[in-house]
Amino acid sequence: MEIPYTTTARPDTGLYNAKLGIWLFLASEVMLFGGLFSAYVLLRVGAPEGFWPHGWLSVTLGTVNTLILALSAITTLLAWVACKVGDFRKFKMFHAFTLLLALTFLCVKSYEYHDKWIHYEIHLKDGRIADGHLEEQDDQTVTILGRIIPGDQEQLLYDLRSQKNIPKDEIKLDRSNILKMENYGPRHNTFTAIYFTMTGLHALHILGGCVVIGFLWGPGTRMWKTDHERFTNRIEISGLFWHFVDLVWIFLFPVLYLT
Amino acid sequence: MSLKGFHLVFVTLLTTLSLSCAAWAFDAGHPGFGVAGIATGVLVVVYGVYFLRKLKNVSFL
Repeated sequence: MEIPYTTTARPDTGLYNAKLGIWLFLASEVMLFGGLFSAYVLLRVGAPEGFWPHGWLSVTLGTVNTLILALSAITTLLAWVACKVGDFRKFKMFHAFTLLLALTFLCVKSYEYHDKWIHYEIHLKDGRIADGHLEEQDDQTVTILGRIIPGDQEQLLYDLRSQKNIPKDEIKLDRSNILKMENYGPRHNTFTAIYFTMTGLHALHILGGCVVIGFLWGPGTRMWKTDHERFTNRIEISGLFWHFVDLVWIFLFPVLYLT
Repeated sequence: MSLKGFHLVFVTLLTTLSLSCAAWAFDAGHPGFGVAGIATGVLVVVYGVYFLRKLKNVSFL
């Protein structure tokens, strides 16, 4: 039995099967990310005045990742065009570029996550707060590269831009003086929680896209010879998913990095 | 909507993002980043026009 409408459009919908499927899937994805964006807005407007983080994320790294994804959207489109004109060599090249750009994005994101993971806020018994990146630690001491902030100026922690006037130093702390020590992981506060949730879910989508693109670049290319039109449609479908993932980042970047 | 149509949506939003980033950068006191934002915005518009001309024969649906 042959499955109908795998390459030609169904007369009533005007779409072939896979395209209808991907748009239904993307509609559910809009609802998923839409819910998270709504959660972000509610958390932000509900935060006490002066206690929503500013400048915690690197705008430079965020910009680099935005450019990487924008470029990957172009290479995806070019791979599809190469399929349409039957240029296999160009298809392989552009699809490989997309895959490399996606992996570069994930590497930059991992670096950002690592940076937050080794960033500690340490409350001392004398009321002061040490804030900085962990250099080394043992049973007795903890060494960070950062700043000491008076306990009554806790708000400085929420706006890293205002800390620029306080010089960064290597600070060695005795464990017996530490009241509480916590890294900037997801449980640190609502900002880090929503940041890791949204960017983590987005990174999972990138990873999923890598698997699909990798398959279509490698073993999936067998279909190029057996059913070229259907293969071209598969590239279009993966491209639509990839563009959606890129669009989500276009909203994530200003919301998380620039505000 | 075909990949061509969705790519056009993407290019439009990317242009908006670039120009918004430029406005943010000038406001936040980063003129270098602002100029880069405007340059990127213009570049994306030029690319968009080139892309539309190149894929004239491909459907939006």
